[in-house]
Amino acid sequence: MGVATIDEERRPYDVVVGLEVHAQLATRTKLFCSCETTFGAPPNTHVCPVCAGHPGTLPVPNAEAVRLAVRACLTVGTEVSKTSRFSRKNYFYPDLPKGYQISQFDEPLGKGGAIVVPLEGGGTKVARIERIHMEEDAGKNVHEGRESLVDLNRAGTPLVEIVGRPDLSSGREAAEYLRILRDALVFAGVNDGNLEEGSFRCDANVSVKPRGEEKLGTRVELKNINSFKFVERAITIEAARQIEVLEGGGRLVAETRGWDEKNETTFSMREKETAQDYRYFPEPDLLPLVIDEAFLAEARASLPEGSASKRARYTESLGLTPYAAEVLTQHPKVAAYFEEAVALGADPVALGNFVQAEVLADVTTHGLDATFPIPARALSELLSLVKDGTISGKQGKELYREVKTRVGGGEGSVDVRALAESLGMRQLTDETALRALCEKVVAEAAKQRDDYRRGKKGLFGFFVGQVMKASQGKANPKRTNEILTEILEASAEGAP
Amino acid sequence: MLSFETVDELLTRLARGEATARAITERALARIDARNDALGAFLAVTRDDALAAADEADRDRARGDAPKKLAGVPIAIKDALCMKGAPTTAASRVLANYVAPYEATVVTRLRAAGAVLVGKTNMDEFAMGSSTEHSAYFPCKNPWDTTRTPGGSSGGSAVAVAAGMATAALGSDTGGSIRQPAAYTGTVGLKPTYGRVSRYGLVAFASSLDQVGSFATDVRGAARVLEVVAGHDPHDATSSREPVPTFEASCGQDVRALRIGVLTESLGDGLAPDARASFEGALEALEGLGCTVSRVSLPSLRHAVATYYVLATAEASSNLSRFDGVRYGVRVMPTPTASLGEMIGASRDQGFGAEVKRRILLGTFVLTAGAFEAYYLKAQKVRRIVRDELLALLAGVDVLVSPTAPTEAFALGAHDRDPLAMYLSDVFTLPASLAGLPALSVPSGLSAGGLPLGLQIVGRPFDEATVVRVGAAFEAVSAFRASRPRP
Repeated sequence: MGVATIDEERRPYDVVVGLEVHAQLATRTKLFCSCETTFGAPPNTHVCPVCAGHPGTLPVPNAEAVRLAVRACLTVGTEVSKTSRFSRKNYFYPDLPKGYQISQFDEPLGKGGAIVVPLEGGGTKVARIERIHMEEDAGKNVHEGRESLVDLNRAGTPLVEIVGRPDLSSGREAAEYLRILRDALVFAGVNDGNLEEGSFRCDANVSVKPRGEEKLGTRVELKNINSFKFVERAITIEAARQIEVLEGGGRLVAETRGWDEKNETTFSMREKETAQDYRYFPEPDLLPLVIDEAFLAEARASLPEGSASKRARYTESLGLTPYAAEVLTQHPKVAAYFEEAVALGADPVALGNFVQAEVLADVTTHGLDATFPIPARALSELLSLVKDGTISGKQGKELYREVKTRVGGGEGSVDVRALAESLGMRQLTDETALRALCEKVVAEAAKQRDDYRRGKKGLFGFFVGQVMKASQGKANPKRTNEILTEILEASAEGAP
Repeated sequence: MLSFETVDELLTRLARGEATARAITERALARIDARNDALGAFLAVTRDDALAAADEADRDRARGDAPKKLAGVPIAIKDALCMKGAPTTAASRVLANYVAPYEATVVTRLRAAGAVLVGKTNMDEFAMGSSTEHSAYFPCKNPWDTTRTPGGSSGGSAVAVAAGMATAALGSDTGGSIRQPAAYTGTVGLKPTYGRVSRYGLVAFASSLDQVGSFATDVRGAARVLEVVAGHDPHDATSSREPVPTFEASCGQDVRALRIGVLTESLGDGLAPDARASFEGALEALEGLGCTVSRVSLPSLRHAVATYYVLATAEASSNLSRFDGVRYGVRVMPTPTASLGEMIGASRDQGFGAEVKRRILLGTFVLTAGAFEAYYLKAQKVRRIVRDELLALLAGVDVLVSPTAPTEAFALGAHDRDPLAMYLSDVFTLPASLAGLPALSVPSGLSAGGLPLGLQIVGRPFDEATVVRVGAAFEAVSAFRASRPRP
């Protein structure tokens, strides 16, 4: 038997990944009652008889949740069913107040759809979506020592589950898929994209099979991975583990595994053999969910522009660089802010640069909300002052900080032009005055003037500095340069 | 006066100042005190609540306010309905300590109409039964013969009205739970169309079948109570937006030329001879009123019991999952270190009675992967057939009639060893439940042994008005009404 490396012995394997995403619908209230969906509230403060599963209570669907779920379908090309139906998924767990979860089973809200995933080596892959259905979230069990406590704040929160087909082939593709999906949902206003708070959750079904094999391998479900980076790592490492087991002559078991980020390994949580029979049946407390043409048309018409479309528009019609377009579409509110300022007359390129360089660092986002240091109108006015030469670019930055301080201090509306004037920010652009000032500076620095004329061109900056100093920084730099050049060069030519 | 007064008679006396709501209420409470030990109709009496409501009704009247629809009328509430200030147990041990933090829409509507709520009535645990013997607390007995059951599951509400402890009552009907006890106790029981009345606050048994309805000593009273509680409720997605007519206005209307269909299948071998004789007498009375009576056939009737028990138990198994000892109700820790599963198991084992467990097991089974298609889906199909057949019949006639139950009230304990025999007492009431149709039971006469019998009248969806119209017309000429007997 010859010595061979493992790599030489190994057959090539295909990795097969399908993703199930639970995205919380960004509604103010729960799916079947009017409790708020606030995250992080003290335990059991957003609970009513309905979401606590008291006897005799009934679910009433939240129309806004249905609207957002329909929107979720529209953003990824999923066909919305005219009639879908809620079903009960029955199981006992302390965080499940009714002993069943109201979900959708055999008649989901939407079927089909796809996400186009860019591939590493260029090109794209179409990752199909199987279905999108609505369901309510469960509560949360909190374990404290020997005690287990139940917090029902989250119980009844509206979710869509987006079930992907096993079309992905690597952790990297999976992470890309999730980024694109999250972006689409966030820009549609459907989901706040917050992985840490669990409003965008992902389970990955991972299997491997020898290349060319038709039959899918034993499937392992990776549960609750809370970052795209970890999704990528966990899938990569889980696939490697599965290949390792097969190559070692072992057999894989269908199971649910968790991700241990510290040790970069997956670990078994429970085997699927104990999988429950959920005894699904149509929810008799709810009528079939009928999405009529008018509702669908309204949802289509009110569907916000997606980020990809925005990026294309920013580069193609507004002249932004792809990088700037990318930065400005990282959050729907940032894009909206940018677009509002453009609509008010700001030059898109200058605005884009200014937002990136100055404003973004001061923007705070939480979920779908964002707060901006100064209103888009103020920013637009400020940039128009720079553009028409009233103030310099440098003054523009100073003025931004002044406006920010005032807005931050509670001033509702700041008159940007008046503020610039009151701060004495005004460029010296008057041709006669500026020429007089330049001539005076040159005349007063006779030695430097002569040195310059003798070829010490580096002194040009000295003259500019003197003019700026004399004008307290208000001289228009461009005209100053031109006039100084004119004076210094013209005299030089005329010298004996 | 032979019979206890009707809602209408009571309201008239109050309006004329011949009685006060307080006096009426005290009399009802006194009757409860005197007879509840023997009859077991009430699980809780809400004395203070009732007297306060009575006093308010008297104050309103003294002030000359326009009288509310049920001002000063003592009404009993089935214990499956959540009522503020009173326990709601659904006659189950698992809810022994439960006080609902909210109120059923129908109860709130009764309060708003000035009703005097006297207490919570006994029932079969979670409405599962046809005799009110399956209460976790004590059985309810028929005032006509205390060795017999009053029927069920709303037996307590029926008895409260039959024995003058309340002038009207609310019950719930899933497969006949209002109509059958009404027939057994000589009262009127009205189950409306599915969706006519809000279920919000009704402890669920089988959600697609449960409807709240009314009991009274006459059709007019039952109609008036229904009118008050009916109508869309934003808390119940299955409640209809269909406008609610004044049902009471249908009482006293002429029924000449109305077409009445007699369900041939209800006249088979299972029907007791005295019940048959009474039913035939009822048909003659209807013909005497000018109705056209014809025989019609409902072939699917023979599948009704099986279909009902598959669907109702399936839904019940899921509806009762919430009683797990975690949030409210009884929690049993079998050992101090019991696991979660052991705690849930022990709480349910000790919290539920035998009939409830039997139905949870049956319902769980029919929903399991291996049985779902053969039982649940098949039953759904049969349910649609029953509905289609009934609607087809109702295209040709205005109402369908049958005996409410095949026999007079059966003896306590009669079906202890044979639950199927008890299930069969619902055979005539189940089709209207499966089809969600309005149905009324009105006393039609007495059995050979002197016990009440009932006539069931089934109408088209949301056509309670015609059902009430026929019921009231029949009531006025019925053998039962003519003698106005009193238990």
